[in-house]
This record gives sequence, C-alpha cells and structure tokens, in this order.
Amino acid sequence: MRARRARGARTLLLGALALLVLSFFRLQVVGRAEYRLRSENNRLRAITIPAPRGAVYDRRGRLLAENVPGYSLSLLPGPPDSARATLDRLAPWLDLSGEEREELLVRYRQRPGSALLVRDDLAPSVVAALEERRPQFRLVVIETHPRRHYPSGESIGHLIGYVSEISEAELGQPEFAGYDPGRIVGKKGVERAYEAELGGTPGVHFVEVNARGSIVSEFGPRPSIPATPGSEVRLSIDLGLQELADSIFPDTLKGGVVALDPRNGEVLLLYSHPSFDPNLFVGGISSANWAVLRDDPGQPLLNRAMSALYPPGSTWKLVVATLGLRSGQATIDSHMPNSCGGALQYGNRSFRCWKRSGHGSLDMSGAIKESCNVFFYQLGLRLGLDRLLPGVDGLGFNRRTGIDIPGEVSGRFPPSREWYDRRFGPRGWTESVTLNLSIGQGETEQTPLRMAQFYAALATGLSPVVPHLRRSEVLETIREGWQTGLEEEQRRQLVDALRRVVNEPGGTAYTHRLSDWTLVGKTGTAQNPHGEPHSWFVGFAPAEDPRIVIAAVVENGHPDNTTSLAVPLAARLVRRYLTDEDVPAAPPSVPGPTVAAGGSP
Amino acid sequence: MAAALILTLFGIAMIYSAGLTDMPSAVSGAWRRQAVWLVIAAVAFGVTSRVPLRWLEWVAPWIYGLSLLTLLAVLVVGSGPGTSSWLKFGGFSFQPAELAKLATILMLARTLSGRAEPEPRLFRLWRPLLITFVPFVLVLAQPDLGSAVIFGVILMSALYWAGIPLFTIFMLVSPGVSLLLGWSATVWGIWFILVVLLLYVKRPYIPEAIAVGVGNLAAGAMATPLWNSLAPYQQNRLLVFLNPGIDPRGAGWHLIQSQVAIGSGGWLGQGFGHGPQKRLSFLPEQHTDFVFSVVGEELGFLGVVLVLAAFTWLLLRTVRIATAAGSDFGSLVTFSLFGVWFAHLVINIGMTVGLMPVTGLPLPFVSYGGTFLLMTFVGVALAARTAMES
Repeated sequence: MRARRARGARTLLLGALALLVLSFFRLQVVGRAEYRLRSENNRLRAITIPAPRGAVYDRRGRLLAENVPGYSLSLLPGPPDSARATLDRLAPWLDLSGEEREELLVRYRQRPGSALLVRDDLAPSVVAALEERRPQFRLVVIETHPRRHYPSGESIGHLIGYVSEISEAELGQPEFAGYDPGRIVGKKGVERAYEAELGGTPGVHFVEVNARGSIVSEFGPRPSIPATPGSEVRLSIDLGLQELADSIFPDTLKGGVVALDPRNGEVLLLYSHPSFDPNLFVGGISSANWAVLRDDPGQPLLNRAMSALYPPGSTWKLVVATLGLRSGQATIDSHMPNSCGGALQYGNRSFRCWKRSGHGSLDMSGAIKESCNVFFYQLGLRLGLDRLLPGVDGLGFNRRTGIDIPGEVSGRFPPSREWYDRRFGPRGWTESVTLNLSIGQGETEQTPLRMAQFYAALATGLSPVVPHLRRSEVLETIREGWQTGLEEEQRRQLVDALRRVVNEPGGTAYTHRLSDWTLVGKTGTAQNPHGEPHSWFVGFAPAEDPRIVIAAVVENGHPDNTTSLAVPLAARLVRRYLTDEDVPAAPPSVPGPTVAAGGSP
Repeated sequence: MAAALILTLFGIAMIYSAGLTDMPSAVSGAWRRQAVWLVIAAVAFGVTSRVPLRWLEWVAPWIYGLSLLTLLAVLVVGSGPGTSSWLKFGGFSFQPAELAKLATILMLARTLSGRAEPEPRLFRLWRPLLITFVPFVLVLAQPDLGSAVIFGVILMSALYWAGIPLFTIFMLVSPGVSLLLGWSATVWGIWFILVVLLLYVKRPYIPEAIAVGVGNLAAGAMATPLWNSLAPYQQNRLLVFLNPGIDPRGAGWHLIQSQVAIGSGGWLGQGFGHGPQKRLSFLPEQHTDFVFSVVGEELGFLGVVLVLAAFTWLLLRTVRIATAAGSDFGSLVTFSLFGVWFAHLVINIGMTVGLMPVTGLPLPFVSYGGTFLLMTFVGVALAARTAMES
C-alpha cells in the first residue's frame, strides 16, 4: 500500500517539477530577448547630450556669437535638513533670498531621487570660492556646460537675437519637429533664422539607475550616441560698423539704421536704438530684467530698422520723381507751372513748403537738391492718383523685402482709390490726398530697410537683390520682381540730383559731405503729430560705383529747422565703412572660399 | 543528507549575492547571520538524529503543547512587518509557526500510526482534524495565510500516507474547494452537482454525507463574505496573481520584477553576483521570498534546472525513506516532511514565475530565515533517523 501511495506521490512530484521547468523555459529561453530588454529598460535612462552650437562671425571673421563654459550648481539627493543647511550656507554666495530657498526646498522634496538645479550661470569667481570650501558643501555638485555669449552685447542685439529654452508652442511647430523639451533654440534674429544650421543634433548617453531613480553608473550596456555640433554661420554684417553705430547714435533719441551692399543685397549694418543686451536672455532672463525691458517706454526690443514704420518724408520724392520720369510726365529739367513761393493753393487749402520764403522756380534736379514741396505737389497732381497708386504698388512698397531674419514689417501705401473709399467713405476724401502722398506724408509709412532697397535700385540700375544677413557665397541671389523702369540716362540724372543734395552748396545735406568719397542721397523731415519731426537720410556712396546704401531714421531728430541728426550719423558710418574697406580684411578663421573685401561676389 | 548540505551552502551563496545590492541595506550582512544559523542547525541535526524515534513519539504531545503556547504568546507579544509572527530574543528572532509545523507533524504521526486498518470513516478523523485545526487557526490569526495553508498540506500528507481512502479525503477537502469556487454561482453549482453525484456513487454513511453536503453549501455561501473580510492587500495579492498588470507599481511589482529578472537570465544567466535587477534593488525580498529569482537571473536556465534537480533528488530520497521505514511513526513523519517541503518548493518557485500567488513562503535551505533553516534541518535529522532505524 505504501508503495502505491509512494508512486502517487512521486508522480505528483515529477508532474509539478515538469510544470515548473516548463515555466522557466518559457521565461528564460523563449522570452529571453524580451526580458533582457525589459531589464535594460528598467534600469537605463537616456540622458541628452546637448550639441555645441555653431558660432556666428561677421564679414571679416570677427566673433558675434560663441559658446563659453557655463557653471551650473545642483543639489544632490539627500535628507531635507542637510539640503536646507546647505542652501543657507550657499545663500550669500549665490544671492539666494529666503523665498527662493523655500521654493527650492519644496521642489527638492517633490523629487526625492533626483538632483535639483539651483543656479545656472555661476560666475567663475563664485565657483572657485565654493570649490575651496568643498567640505562645507558636500551635497553640491558643480557642472560645466556650454553657454551662449555675445561679446558685442547691445550693438548687435536686434540682428543676432538670442537663445533660450524651447517653448510649448514652438514644440508643436513643424520647423521644430524632432526637438525635445528642454532644448535650447534661437528665438529671434540670426539665432532663429539659422537655427537649423547652428543647432546641431543632440546626442544620447545612457546611465544606469536603481529602483529609486538615483543614477548609479555612468556606463550602461548601451553605447552613447555622440552629439553633432552645429555648423557656424558667417554673416555679411560689419561688426565695426555696428559698434560705431551703437556708440554714435544719440543716446536719448530713438531710431534705426540699415546699410546694404547694393550689388548683392548683403546687409552691412542693421542697428536699432535703444538696443538690448542679448546676453541677458541666455539661460532664461530674470523677471527683473524682463520687466525693465518690457516697461521701458523707449521699447528697446523693437527693431526700428525693419519692424517700425515711419512716414518717409522728403526721401519719398525720389519715388515720385521716378514715376514722373518714366511716365514721361516730366523730365529732369522741366519746371512746374507754379514756382515755389512758400505754399501752393489747392482747392480751398494752402499746402506749404518747408521754406517759408519759397524756392522760386526750380527744375526737378533743383527741387530734389533743395527738397521743394511745391514742385512735388504739382508733379504728383500731374501724375494723378491713377498713376501714382499703382505705380508705387508696382515698385513693391506694399510688401516685405523678405530679409532673412524674422520680424520684418511691410510698409503701407494706399493701393487704390477703393482703399480711400473704404477708409473715409466715397465722399470723405478728395484728390488733395495726392499732395501729401507726393511728399511722403499722409497715409504712407515705410521701414528704413525698404527705403534703402529702393535707393539700391537707383544706385545700380538693376532690380535689387532681396537683402540677407548671411554671406552671399552660400545663398542664392534672389532679385525682386520689380524694376525702377527708368532708362539709364534718366537714372543717372536722378543720381546726379542726389549728388547735388550732398555736395553742392544749397543742398539740404551739404554740411555733411565727405571729403574722400562722393556721398549722394536725400534728406527727409517727416512731420510727426506727436512731437518734433523725424529725421531721415537715405543715400549711397561712392556715386560712380556704389558699394554701400544706407538708410537712417532718428525719431524727433529734427529739433529745429536746420539740424537733421540722421545725416551726420549716416555720413560718418559710410565714411568708416569705405575707409575700412581699403584695409585688408583679417584672414577668416575657418577654411572656406575667401572673398577679398570690396571684391565682387 | 548530502543533498541537504549542498542546498544549504548554495543557499548561503545566494543570500550573499542578494546582499550585493548597489545601496547598502540590511541585507548585505544577512549571509553571515545565515551561516551562524547553519551552524546552529547542524548542531541541532547532530542532536536530533541521535534521538530514538520512539522517544520522540512519546514526547510529541509535550512538544505540541509547547508549540501551541508559543503560538499564543506570539499573538500577544509578537512582532513582525504587519503581522505578529516573530518572538525576539536579543538579536535573534524565532518563528513559532515553524515549530508548530514540526510539532503538528509529530503529533499527527503519533495519532495515525499504530492502526492496523486505515480508518475509512470521516467522523473518526476528528482527532487529526483537531490537532491540525488549532495551530491552523492560531497561525491564521497572526495573520499568516501562507503558513496556515501549510497545515492543511501537513494534514493531507499525513492522511494520504496513513492510507485513508481517497474518497474520504475527498469528502474532507470538498468544502475547501467549495470555498474557492464560491465566487461564481455557476461554477460552484457544477462542483456541487459533482459532489452529490460522487456521494451517491460511493455511499458513505448518511450523517457523513449530510455533513459533507452541508459543509459544501456553507462554504459556498461563505465565499463572498470571506473575500470581503480580507484586507485589501490580501485581495490585491490574489487579483494581481491573475493579472499582474493591474497594479504594476504596487502589488504587481514583485511578480513583474521577478519575471523580468528571471527572463533576462537566459540560458546561462548574467553571472554570479552580477544580476542587474537584484543589484539595483528592483527585485524586492530578494534574499527571502524571491531568492529563486536571483538564481534565475544570475545562473540562468541551467542554474535553475540544476537547483531543481537537487531538490528533486532530496525529495525522492525522502519518499524512499518513508516507503522503506521500519515504523509507522517514522514513516508518517518522513512523508509529512516530504509534503511540507514539496509544498514550499512549489509555492515559492511557482510564485517567482507567476504560477502561484505571492504568499510569503520561503524556499527550504535557500531562503534567508533562521528558524526556518533550523526546523528544516531538524526535519532532515528526523528523516535520517528514520532511515537509520529501518
């Protein structure tokens, strides 16, 4: 009997055993790969290795944006009391307020297994001081990481932009497909426009963690993928010119200056005043600094060279002159029926010229030189709205130039009579609007950039190139679709008139002529209902073979009837540029095609 | 005997490995304590194997009484994580439940041996039932459901080996099955019909048949209220056993981690001492309940098979000893031990792979646990003694 029962017991034993072995077989042999993977997934965490960002250089190879080592301080996981004590000891070095410490402790307690980032941008002196006192700060770990730095600060703020952490909204955009949260991206200016090249590709590094999430080992079974650094970008900007503009722009006034190379559309200067220091934004701008920038009535974040609109004033007269010449309604030496006595009567209103005593009878060239309003009122009337409105529209003035950094605003000019009907009602306006439009006042506003581009067309006789901050070698040259429509002889005549503005006594810019080069251009005084008129100058040099076109606006820059602050500003910048051009450029610090300064692309 | 020693040394090695976690914990020094217990157990082995079985048979009721006292004591002054399972004496802890298991084995063996004819009638089995029932309840009150179940196993093994007719055993067990099936009226209904049919076919005594029927009905009815009276963690354990995914961070965590650890071991394991899941503390209870997962992770399928083979050898030898034993008493004791060890093995290892719910039963010789090791060795001594006296 025992034997029988023993057999039963043995059978049960072997049966159970087989079942167990089978289960293990299933797990260990059949499921091996899957469980091996899960084991790894359990304990490996992917840590992003940020890619070093590409540097940005100006046309001579000078550095505009670079990466410097930044020091961040974190607290290692540990008991909250030690954390509190450590923060208290750190407070004087890091300038931590009581509330900041409390807030940090709250976050510290919320994530007990992870290190807490306390400060991102320690000064090297603070780092050295803390390292000397290591035993007091056992919970502290100081790490280096690359930080963006703009050596020229305010002088390039608007054009270079800045970098900061990618926002929620940006993560959803197609241009940022594949970007992870926490990544640093360009936010404005060149940093944003060329993010794809500058940004590089981050790498991944796998670390081993234990069940509580603490990092245990830096070397897991999976190999790291190294980061691909960003490529560098060379701009056509001249840093010397930017810094000069920053130093000579009248401190208490606002305005913008832009300079182009008319032959290839390269932007040599893009400056707006007041400016801001992009270094403030790196690593996240403090709320104090942000408040200062945001609440400053001077609006330092506004790029006045291409994102602000001003009535062009007398600089607009060249546009009207262009339309007049090409339509055959006038020639360079035609006179208008009424000579300038200080005002023109039209309808029941008197439209004034800026010179009360009047200019007498001038031909077009003289009217440009002395900026006579009365001449241009009549030229405008002769053209009529039906030629003026579509003509201006056909010269591209209602569209953006398409410059390669974001934020440009398109100018405004009434495109048609219907526009006036909609605005004022069919009986709310008369042909008299033509007069103001002809002298660049009224319902017309442009950016300095757009004005510069038009004058570039006058300077070269060609359809202008779309302006860009990047050096031409790597970009396709795109020309605008419009042309001035002038015959070459007519163009020369206009250029000569511009020459007379600056270089002949009686010209409105005579006092600021240059001695070594022939600077030509047009002054402008834009009436401003809120205060003193704005001062404009748009011109180019040298007249025979123009290499720089400049447009400058100084808000309220016409304090009395003689001083026009935009003119000396523009003249000094042009002189500096042309002088420096003769100095051989420093050899570029990166291998690549070398273009000698002043050579054609 | 040799098997027992090999397994124990292996067990110590495993505990040492379990202690090699990345962050130091209480477990790191556990292997040393286990080694100390091994020495004590070896001494106990030496002592016990010199004791004649007849003397043990005579002393059994006293041992039994003592064990009941300790069980009562632990309910009053005991300590342990969430349960009162341990009595502490200056640094070392002692589990009365383990003593009670041995004592019950001895007591049952004494009661059931010396009969010429195996008892077919259910009601005459009241004495073995009572002997088992009292410690069962006391252990259940701790609460220690896993260990309590072992008492049932002891009873079954003893009755089986004593030659009680299978049908009688069936009648005894049927209310238990009813309890398990009581959650579904349909399933239980089928079972009940089966019971009735068998009763009809086998024709036991009427009172017994009625008792069985009533027992089944009562058990079936009690199923749901009993489930509701279980603490949520106990309910969770059983639910999670069926589907670990429903609570992967809580109750299901043990099982999932165990499976990952074992599965990642592959054919040859990740190397002794190197198992990543264990090292990084992903595997809980890796020195006690889940020690076999460490085996699976570090020594792979090959290691698992070897360990199982060692256990099988031990168990088969135990059965052989029981079969060839000179006295009924010795034979019953040995077979009951077989039952206990077999149950522990199946439940513990089954738990690590997901065939059994998580119950907290240790693996003999390998899991860390002083009292358990000691009592197991005493058991081995008893088996050895039986072999000697054959």
